[in-house]
Amino acid sequence: MRKEYLSKENIAWLLLAVGAFVLCSLLMNLGIINSYYQITLYNICINIILAVSLNLVIGICGQFSLGHAGFMCIGAYAAGIITKMMPNFGGFMIGILVGFAISALVALIVSVPTLRLRGDYLAIATLGFAEIIRILVQNMKITNGAAGLNGIPQLTSWPLLMIGVVISIMIVCNFTHSAPGRACISIREDEIASEAMGINTTKYKVIAFVIGALLASLAGALYACNFYVIKPNQFTFNKSIDILVMVVFGGMGSMTSSVIAAIVIGIINMVLANFSEIRMIIYGLALVAIMIFKPTGLLGQRELSFKKLFASRKGDK
Amino acid sequence: MEPILEVKNLTKNFGGLCAVSNVSMTINQGELIGLIGPNGAGKTTLFNLLTGVYEPSSGLIELNEDGQKIQLGGLKPYKITSYGISRTFQNIRLFKAMTVLENVKVAMHKNVRYGTIAAILRLPSYYSEEKWVEEKACELLKEVGLYSKRNEMATNLPYGEQRRLEIARALAIHPKILFLDEPAAGMNPQETADLTKLIHHIREKYKLTVILIEHDMSLVMNICERIYVLDYGKMIANGSPEEIKNNEFVIKAYLGEEI
Amino acid sequence: MIQFLQQMINGLSLGSIYALIALGYTMVYGIIKLINFAHGDIYMLGAFTAFYATTFFHLNFFVALIIAMLLCGVLGVLIERIAYKPLRHATRITALITAMGVSYVLEYTMQYFAGSDVKTFPTDLLENTAFSLGGVRITMMQIYIFVITIILMVLLTYIVNKTKMGRAMRAVSVDEDAAKLMGINVDTTISFTFFLGSCLAGVAGVLVGVYYNSINPLMGMTPGLKAFIAAVFGGIGNIPGAMIGGLFIGIAETLVTAYGSSLYKDAIVYVILILVLILKPDGLLGKNVKEKV
Repeated sequence: MRKEYLSKENIAWLLLAVGAFVLCSLLMNLGIINSYYQITLYNICINIILAVSLNLVIGICGQFSLGHAGFMCIGAYAAGIITKMMPNFGGFMIGILVGFAISALVALIVSVPTLRLRGDYLAIATLGFAEIIRILVQNMKITNGAAGLNGIPQLTSWPLLMIGVVISIMIVCNFTHSAPGRACISIREDEIASEAMGINTTKYKVIAFVIGALLASLAGALYACNFYVIKPNQFTFNKSIDILVMVVFGGMGSMTSSVIAAIVIGIINMVLANFSEIRMIIYGLALVAIMIFKPTGLLGQRELSFKKLFASRKGDK
Repeated sequence: MEPILEVKNLTKNFGGLCAVSNVSMTINQGELIGLIGPNGAGKTTLFNLLTGVYEPSSGLIELNEDGQKIQLGGLKPYKITSYGISRTFQNIRLFKAMTVLENVKVAMHKNVRYGTIAAILRLPSYYSEEKWVEEKACELLKEVGLYSKRNEMATNLPYGEQRRLEIARALAIHPKILFLDEPAAGMNPQETADLTKLIHHIREKYKLTVILIEHDMSLVMNICERIYVLDYGKMIANGSPEEIKNNEFVIKAYLGEEI
Repeated sequence: MIQFLQQMINGLSLGSIYALIALGYTMVYGIIKLINFAHGDIYMLGAFTAFYATTFFHLNFFVALIIAMLLCGVLGVLIERIAYKPLRHATRITALITAMGVSYVLEYTMQYFAGSDVKTFPTDLLENTAFSLGGVRITMMQIYIFVITIILMVLLTYIVNKTKMGRAMRAVSVDEDAAKLMGINVDTTISFTFFLGSCLAGVAGVLVGVYYNSINPLMGMTPGLKAFIAAVFGGIGNIPGAMIGGLFIGIAETLVTAYGSSLYKDAIVYVILILVLILKPDGLLGKNVKEKV
């Protein structure tokens, strides 16, 4: 079995990940990525996790969820509250795990009734759930209400963030290229046929939804322990739409394009940081234009695949 | 011969409309059965009831499995499929944005023995099972003559080949009973002849019981051993092709009262 | 008891406003199966139009109301023509994302020009005396809201049920292609539906402006969602359903504020939504439509 793990394409992926990590570390040490750019870089990483996980739910499984910010909120608060009590690495890990547990539970509660609903109804139902989560957080004592949590220890480090990104992408991609992943894609393509082929559609929708929720919760934890402060109004449905925009820009169903979209949008946000209204207008116009002229997104369903790349180079010779 | 599937007084109402009314059928192991009737007679509705897309208003659907009777009425489609009942669709329902090969692989789902965790962690079972799936799926595609097109998107196939792919996909779940909903619709005579051969071939090879809806009478009369006739949701006749050809109710249903 | 009746009156006036917005959602969904996310922003634009008409041009309330109504109607048609028409046969999700895009454009364009601060609506537009009916206080403003809402609903019901255009709207919502074959101009009919819906949203915006006195560019988001929920509650695509749904949501929200906690007044609406979707996804008066296999 070992030769499958050490295949050419896996080594290529590993080199790419290590390369990106070393390059960014170097640039940070040299001060080319200064502390201002570093915020953007960290934000991009968190957004990659969010976009890739939402893409699993929307692009792969075809379930239009608008509740991603809700799960991010759970992860952020779980990590925030626990690391404030235990400001060390162990506390951070416990916080992430507690976030996972709550997110998984909430995702199950949300998904079992709502995933029966058709596309646009599901969107509204998930939106409603996420808003309920936010309103609850806003009114609870332990979360410090609308004022939010202050002074969360900064435990998110660059290596940790990079590991989070790599693991998230690996989970989503490995899942997609497997029998459960194929089942999810078939649900997206034609639910009735999928069920006639022996697939328990509810089960696979729930699985995709829960994986998405767990990764969003991870992103939330990394976010909370990076920016000191979290407030409930950072997790409104506008946040869900922000994530959706990345998925749609890149192309639903393609993880490569979600990653690229998260990077590009992160940079655009940095450039337009002082013009937030113009930024939102551009977002809106771009959404409309993409849907009208290129509804599959900028990259469509294309994926960067070393396997295909090597295969085609072999073919050339 | 022993019955593999028994339908007893099956009825389906949509609001006030009775789409299938009090239908009974007995289908024996290994038979090739035709289901005919004028447009709107309720043929596809009957298929949808038998495969779980609709829930019956009343009546029973019993599957005989090794001497045990299993009630299929009201079960979810994927449950019914797991008992070895598979189907094609009248209005082709392929997974359009998946390749031909992937379409077949999806249908092999219930025979894949690794779960989500093994998939994400890429445990050894993932690799061995995926290899098996790949081989099996390719084998099936060779069977229906689509192997050379395995990496094309399903939606790019010509119409006749899409119908063949639907059959390959239905076979991939290892069925005992295969429902074909208008498999020859929109095909030219040459394609229909090829299809007839294919149906014969798979039936022999996989020991299938086949039930097909078809409007192409020459095809039905040619290959079916027994024919059921539906009209206005009621079963009006059943018998051999010869008997059906001369049955006065059938002639009335198709040609009207005055003959 | 008196307090309860008082809350009912307050709830009904809020509910009337939701009902007016919900009608637009329900009509548009009925005819092209689109959740028009930008509908709440049309309502915001109605409020702003009336604000500028009355503060800068010192127009009379009713003139401002008519101007806001027509302007919103025209804007609704423009949005439909530019953004939604090219997507008429795209998937619902594509259309939904487009609608969100339009919503962003409207909100933040308005914010760019008007600023994000809350504007105070002039308070002297309508006579605001209060009556007391057995201890229950009803303001003149609330009476205006009721009367205007009732007139518009009667008018809408008349248009949909008795006029040629209304018949065309109903025909297109049942089967667009068949309607086309019967000689109905589908494009005009859809535009007209957007016009009607947007007019009603515009009026709702003006009424909210005078009732609550404060407006801002993002004011459309939450009421828009709630009105949509009202439409779902009544059975989306169903006009009387939207009216009932709007009133119900308004009353529920007011009662939660009065007897529970105002902190949860938004949450209750989402809870209602989820309960409806789970228990009766077709809504109170909706019809069950199944996909044909």
